[in-house]
Amino acid sequence: MRLYADSAKCSGCRACLVACSLNLFQESNPKKASLNLIPHFPNPGVFEMKVCTQCGDCAAVCPTEAIKLNDRGAYYVDFAECNLCEACVPECPEDVMFVRTELANAAWKCDLCGDCVSVCGTSALWIAN
Amino acid sequence: MNGYGGTILRVNLTDGKISKELTPAQLARDFIGGRGFGIYFLFKEVPKGTDPLGPENKLIISTGPLSGMMAPGGGKCDWTTKSPLTGGYADASMGGHFTAEMKYAGLDTIILEGASAKPVYLFIDNEKIQLLDASSLWGKGAIDVEVELKHKYGEEYQIAAIGPGGENQVLYACINHDFGRQAGRGGVGAVMGSKKVKAIVLHGTKSVPVADLEAYRKAGMALYKACKDAEGLAEWSRYGTTIVTSWCNEVGALPTRNFSAGSFEGIDNINGQAMRKEIVITDKGCFGCPSPCGKYSNMKRYNTQVEGPEYETIGLMGSNLGIGDIQVIAEANRLADDLGIDTISAGSCIAWAMECYEKGILTKADTDGLELKFGNTEAVFTLIKKIAYREGKIGDLLALGVKQASQEVGKGSEKFAIQVKGMEQSAYATHNATAMLLAYMTCDVGAHHNRSWAITYDLQVGREKVVPEKVAHIIWLQNFRPMFDVFGSCRLQWVELGIDRDLYCPLLDAITGVKRSWQDLEAVGNRIWNLTRMYWVRENEGFGRDWDLPATRFYTEPPKTGVTAGQITKFEDVQRLLDMYYEQRGWDNNGLPTQATLETLNLTTLVA
Repeated sequence: MRLYADSAKCSGCRACLVACSLNLFQESNPKKASLNLIPHFPNPGVFEMKVCTQCGDCAAVCPTEAIKLNDRGAYYVDFAECNLCEACVPECPEDVMFVRTELANAAWKCDLCGDCVSVCGTSALWIAN
Repeated sequence: MNGYGGTILRVNLTDGKISKELTPAQLARDFIGGRGFGIYFLFKEVPKGTDPLGPENKLIISTGPLSGMMAPGGGKCDWTTKSPLTGGYADASMGGHFTAEMKYAGLDTIILEGASAKPVYLFIDNEKIQLLDASSLWGKGAIDVEVELKHKYGEEYQIAAIGPGGENQVLYACINHDFGRQAGRGGVGAVMGSKKVKAIVLHGTKSVPVADLEAYRKAGMALYKACKDAEGLAEWSRYGTTIVTSWCNEVGALPTRNFSAGSFEGIDNINGQAMRKEIVITDKGCFGCPSPCGKYSNMKRYNTQVEGPEYETIGLMGSNLGIGDIQVIAEANRLADDLGIDTISAGSCIAWAMECYEKGILTKADTDGLELKFGNTEAVFTLIKKIAYREGKIGDLLALGVKQASQEVGKGSEKFAIQVKGMEQSAYATHNATAMLLAYMTCDVGAHHNRSWAITYDLQVGREKVVPEKVAHIIWLQNFRPMFDVFGSCRLQWVELGIDRDLYCPLLDAITGVKRSWQDLEAVGNRIWNLTRMYWVRENEGFGRDWDLPATRFYTEPPKTGVTAGQITKFEDVQRLLDMYYEQRGWDNNGLPTQATLETLNLTTLVA
């Protein structure tokens, strides 16, 4: 199972980002979300969504094996074991592996909680195989 | 403080001093946020008789407890000031992502004070706050400025900017943000321009504390679920506010040729369906919005893009100018946005000028040679530019707003200046819609619709009826609907999706830790309504009943065409509406809140 995004349906509202931060960090802070929203305005006027495909490339390079599988079959970061080496970041083909030390003292990524899907009003996000 | 950024930021443009204070807990308790904070600071801190475009006026920018939170439509930012257009209270609600960014920078309110000698922009990145030189940005369009500043600082930074209209202090200049969202009405952009502030750049990465995290998550999710389950979601999201265009035309409420009629022969080319088919490329939502009303459009004929036009712009820049072409309206919208003038007021001013021209009150000698007939597209584009730059006699005249312009021109043109208290009426023709008429008459910024949008209610209960129940409904809406401007969120989920408003109470409770029912919240709304009224009283000698009269046209000149042909509201009914309204509000016969009313609302100390 993985998260899918249809950028053409995204209206750029960022509800997914808040819901994500709330589940992942128990905080209201869209800067601490594991999806990426890139607006392209004023021209051509489209939103681009980037989401984790659960490809596992991040886990494969993690030297501390901090990126593990959860019971949803998704890779997640065990915050306690992340040493902030950032090896995972360039490996991510979708740019959704995050390290921002001013915001958190561990890397983070999508753990497939599904809360972003719950708040998306335009059906731009869904979970499927 | 739970649910708040926790800080009030003051920026004195005169001496460059930047200071912070903690958001007072009592202010949060009594006024909650948003427009509540706005009127509190305006009333308390801006001296009586202040020149709206002088350094003593303040521009007060506020978030609310739902801003930036997991709350449907938590993307509204309130801009309060003394209006240069009306000389009274003004607040403009701006969507987009600015309010969330403010909150995440830890700010509940930014107060711009004084005036800079040179163009500046305010830069805020969490704790780093600076006034920076904006001389290279001055003179540029608001959209270009946003592009430039986003390019310089990055996509995460949110920008609010004025265009040349604000720099030149057009009295209804707006503030632009997010490539198409505005703090539109009352001339907030002119006030920003008078302070020589070209833009605000904002970035915040702090988390917002909440009282009960699990309850917050549960209540937020419940609201999103209600929105997503709503029957009307798909249709609403497809058309946004333009969904009402055809309906307004059918019931004679679509402003046509300076509100001389309420139905337009070119409706099929300007309604929501035409717009969606011809120009819309993307839906665009404000922060946290599950039901995006924003429609982003590409105008092939002009090779340009704009967010919009939304219904009000279609009305004022379309049918009201005799223009039946959605691409023309959208291009006029883009020009007005980039140049930084409010599409509603600008459309109304141009329509008034066109009527003057067709009646021979204005001639080519007054219009810089423009053939100002209804439907003249090129004249509309030219006039928008002339207004923004106050160019020529006609540009300078129309930059004053329709009330002042008509007073200058005279010759009976005051009678078709469609405004209340100096603010141009938004896009509902009210020849025969007495609830909506009363809403415009008594709205606390002038003739604006969002406090009490009652046009559908008029049709439900009988449009010509003048009964106490109708007046009570308007008062209820005026106390209740602006509370969304207090929360820092959007009212359209309640209005358009019909979700249960009681769902908001547990969310506010979980976020702020303060339990409030809608009865409590409406009491706050009523208190704010009376305070804004007292601001008008304080700032305008002789303020009273006459200030609440509607545009003369609605009680003297019935439309000749459309479903409202031959219909107007009788003047004695206008007066009866006011009698009932004042009585139910606890105001005297001249429309002033009585001492007893102020005491009941615990406002006597504040207004003393």
